[in-house]
Amino acid sequence: MEAFLQHIINGVSLGSIYALIALGYTMVYGILQLINFAHSDVYMIGAFIGFYSARWLNVSDAPGYGSFFSVLFIAMIGCSILGFTIERLAYRPLRKAPKLNALITAIGVSLFLEYSGQIVFGATPQVFPNILEDSIVATFGEVRVTKFDATILITTFALMLILRHIIQHTKLGKAMRATSFNGPWASLMGINVDRIISMTFVIGSALAAAGGILVGIKYPKIEPLMGVMIGLKAFVAAVLGGIGNIAGAVLGALIMGLAEEFVVGYGASTYRDALAFGILIIILLFKPAGLLGKFTVEKV
Amino acid sequence: MLIKTLLSLTALTLTLTSCTKKQEAENSAGTTAAESSEILVGEYGSMTGGEATFGISTHQGIMLAFKEVNSSPEKLKGKTLKLLSLDDQGKPEEAATAVTKLITQDKVMAIIGEVASSRSLAAAPISQQYKVPMISPSSTNPKVTEVGDFIFRVCFIDPFQGTVMAKFAAENLKVKKVAIMRDVKSDYSVGLANYFKETFTKMGGSIVSEQTYVSNDIDFKAQLTSIKTSKPDAIFIPGYYTEVGLIARQARGLGLKVPLLGGDGWDSSKLFEIGKDSIVGSYFSNHYTTDTTDPRAKDFIAAFKKEFNAVPDGLAALGYDAAKVLIDAMKRSKSLTSSTDLRDAIASTKDFAGVTGMITVNEQRNATKSAVVVKVAGDNNTFVTTINP
Repeated sequence: MEAFLQHIINGVSLGSIYALIALGYTMVYGILQLINFAHSDVYMIGAFIGFYSARWLNVSDAPGYGSFFSVLFIAMIGCSILGFTIERLAYRPLRKAPKLNALITAIGVSLFLEYSGQIVFGATPQVFPNILEDSIVATFGEVRVTKFDATILITTFALMLILRHIIQHTKLGKAMRATSFNGPWASLMGINVDRIISMTFVIGSALAAAGGILVGIKYPKIEPLMGVMIGLKAFVAAVLGGIGNIAGAVLGALIMGLAEEFVVGYGASTYRDALAFGILIIILLFKPAGLLGKFTVEKV
Repeated sequence: MLIKTLLSLTALTLTLTSCTKKQEAENSAGTTAAESSEILVGEYGSMTGGEATFGISTHQGIMLAFKEVNSSPEKLKGKTLKLLSLDDQGKPEEAATAVTKLITQDKVMAIIGEVASSRSLAAAPISQQYKVPMISPSSTNPKVTEVGDFIFRVCFIDPFQGTVMAKFAAENLKVKKVAIMRDVKSDYSVGLANYFKETFTKMGGSIVSEQTYVSNDIDFKAQLTSIKTSKPDAIFIPGYYTEVGLIARQARGLGLKVPLLGGDGWDSSKLFEIGKDSIVGSYFSNHYTTDTTDPRAKDFIAAFKKEFNAVPDGLAALGYDAAKVLIDAMKRSKSLTSSTDLRDAIASTKDFAGVTGMITVNEQRNATKSAVVVKVAGDNNTFVTTINP
């Protein structure tokens, strides 16, 4: 029973990291119907911005929430600028081109970031600075909740609520929803569609950066290809929950995290990834639009 | 339809990701094998990637040995040794490409490499096919030298290393219940785990939990939570340092306080950088230790420090020994043009005094020598015991 509870805590913690990245995929898809494959590499860049800014701020060995939030803030700003630039240079010129062209460009941008990363940061894994000290915040018998797990979970849900608020209750969000619903018509209503799409990339990239920092503190090994597998899983999570749907992305990510955890914990750890993708296939067989991806659901 | 497209695109991305550039640590352009004043030796190793410290350490060890012979008055029968190094980025397919290039384009006389058994196994058949002697400094999987009569090594093999840790666990630590976590993608890790299990159960111990992971994984909490329920006295993790560092952290986070045991794949300063206090107090088997009284090893450590301003790890020492064994064989070889002569000379190496111990190449082209067990204590490791074959 204790092991079961511990597995749940581990799974939720893993799932909330997938969720942060999945949100970025789902937002861009909701508005542009574009799978932004470069998203997981923006996440990697976020981790590296965190790595260098911690050095620059000289907080590499000064753990605490002050260091954590300042590094998080710098990484989110840095990645927002990167996301904006990617959209402006790579995707906007292809706005009128067929969807497949943009998709191939996304793969190109992804590979560009990965291999530029290998040149700039080096292919050797780096050790992420110690910006937050781990400790046990709660124990139930033998079950432990660590400060990292709690921080990750709270940060993810806080960011998700902020995102939800922006989309449902602000003018920007209204414009996003309108663009998602019908771009050309939104434009006729006086919405600057290009600006809204830029904003989508800015927000999505900031979330990816947060993911990068959270993964960095929990698993202090960062490298230029760190986004490949986690990006793939976050993407699966987004599809699982119904791509384009924000709550769906979080739900999908939590299911992925828990499923992986239980397969490894109670079954064969060798089948971890196979099962993750197996789940995707089964759910899509029964619910092609994903768990929450009904056509009537508002897409953003 | 969309999903189908996506999946095929994903597959495409993955394929593209694995087709990669080749970096040359030392450029060999413009060299011709015909130049009689030089002897070309090829090296391939992981200079970048997740096991980069392995490749770099080995490279430094080889460089030191080559420098020593080139700066001696008689050199090597009057010729200078030249090392051509290629980076395989820690990928078996790149290792095979690198060795093919070294043999067919650069026409090297002999090959030194690799650390990881998976990469040596990918490259060995090529060396064997072209009949160019290859010496692996530190691949411990038995299959490596079974490839053919041109493949040698200067280190002990997994059955021995697995046995060492099993003996150590049973006799020195006096533990009864051990859990095993192996990297299923690595021949080395799987081999070591199997031999450990065999010896440990024979000695009366029991394996209470067996878990697997894959290199490049970052989350191991699920495996560790399962291990925790089986209440082991120690955990045997024959993996490489990056994963082991993360595993140690997560194990301590879950409240698993038992010692962790491992093999020579732990030997890197990054182990402590990643694992921090979590890894301190764990044990692993190694080829040599800097905590030594052997004068030869002391001289080597001093020379290495002077040259590279760092303390040599076990892989640097083995790289050095591999190069030394090769140089010794070249000196004894009947000719420096026939690869069969060189092969015979390497095969007849007997009681060669290396910094990692006395090296005798046996009939299976493996080295018979003893192993040491060290305890992780911060940046330095302390010597615990020597275990003989």
